[in-house]
Amino acid sequence: MEPILEINGLNKQLDGFHLQDVNLVVPKGYIIGIIGPNGAGKTTTIKLIMNLLRKDSGEISVFGQDHIQFEKEIKQRIGFVYDENHFYEQLSIDENRRIIAPFYENWDNQVFHDYVKKFDLPLRKKLKDLSHGMKTKFALALALSHQAELIIMDEPTSGLDPVFRRELLDILAGLMQDDKHTVIFSTHITSDLERIADYICFINQGQVVFCDIMDNILEKYRVVKGERAMLANQTFTAMLSGVIVNQYGFEALTGQSTNIQKSFKDRVMMEKATLDDIILYTARGNGNA
Amino acid sequence: MNIIISNSSSDPIYEQIYKQIKQQIMRGELQAGEILPSIRLLAKELQISVITTKRAYEELERDGFIATVGGKGSFVAEQNVELLLERKRQFIEDKIAQLVAEGKTLNISLEEMLEMLTLLYREG
Repeated sequence: MEPILEINGLNKQLDGFHLQDVNLVVPKGYIIGIIGPNGAGKTTTIKLIMNLLRKDSGEISVFGQDHIQFEKEIKQRIGFVYDENHFYEQLSIDENRRIIAPFYENWDNQVFHDYVKKFDLPLRKKLKDLSHGMKTKFALALALSHQAELIIMDEPTSGLDPVFRRELLDILAGLMQDDKHTVIFSTHITSDLERIADYICFINQGQVVFCDIMDNILEKYRVVKGERAMLANQTFTAMLSGVIVNQYGFEALTGQSTNIQKSFKDRVMMEKATLDDIILYTARGNGNA
Repeated sequence: MNIIISNSSSDPIYEQIYKQIKQQIMRGELQAGEILPSIRLLAKELQISVITTKRAYEELERDGFIATVGGKGSFVAEQNVELLLERKRQFIEDKIAQLVAEGKTLNISLEEMLEMLTLLYREG
């Protein structure tokens, strides 16, 4: 498996926040979702990859090259969609295009105009008059018009309606028809990712909790429910995290569903955990499952 | 080929695909030599991950239902008729075994179960 992005021991100290020793390997030809609660470090990690923030320590290589030493070359091959608008607000879509396109050696006007049509973008409208969804579509059209091999998107679906989110997923699935494209996509709306992402990396409080094939994650984690008396058993509680107790029972997350199935099968109920469940229970903490 | 994915099923998605393709092969709805969609196309159509469809195809291949030729894609493998019959029997046997176990826990006699089975078989 050819890695397209490799991060080793990445650290960044910000005001009241510490991104700690992040390691990440992203294989080529897949969709990778970075999930986590707000403020977990998703955007910081992406900014560090793009060298929009200076790292304190660690190594990042994209396409096998150092991300700072070869920054210019690398960025030619990346399509970037950022959650905040970083274009010229006073200018129209077409004027923005005219300024941005020359930066890319492989810019393809035909592709750009195909996307403009597909997304119904008003070429003459000023950016400041566009809705949030339109701006995101414009950013996406730009990102896809210079033959980028790696598409990095920071929260592209936040604040967008389900119709657009579905459209975006369709576009991404279309890109994945050959194995040349890789998509890295951060979000806190996990239902978008649950279906199409191949790999999921979960970041919480500045640390990578796990990075794995999505099917493996969904197989491994379960929501466990049962009677409160069960919580007296230490072997059992050691396998739980984010336990909530109410008057009639408890709920928790486990990453050791097979062990629980084996030893406590008749005494608890287990349900499939969604990525949301995993974020929720893990963010609540208090365990080591 | 028909594949319908349920999000609320307790079966993982790759297994749903595996079972449905296998069933269509065993029923003869998919014939030997028929070409299957590529892993990436199937993933796109079903809006699921590439790794999921890959896994389903890998397991179908492992169990001899499909074959993959590098560069040409995957197609339905020639099925051994004897083997197919054997598999069908095995499949039903597994289901009956489950029923027997359920029946025993619920204290239903063999005679009663046979009666039900006969009745249902003739009705259906």
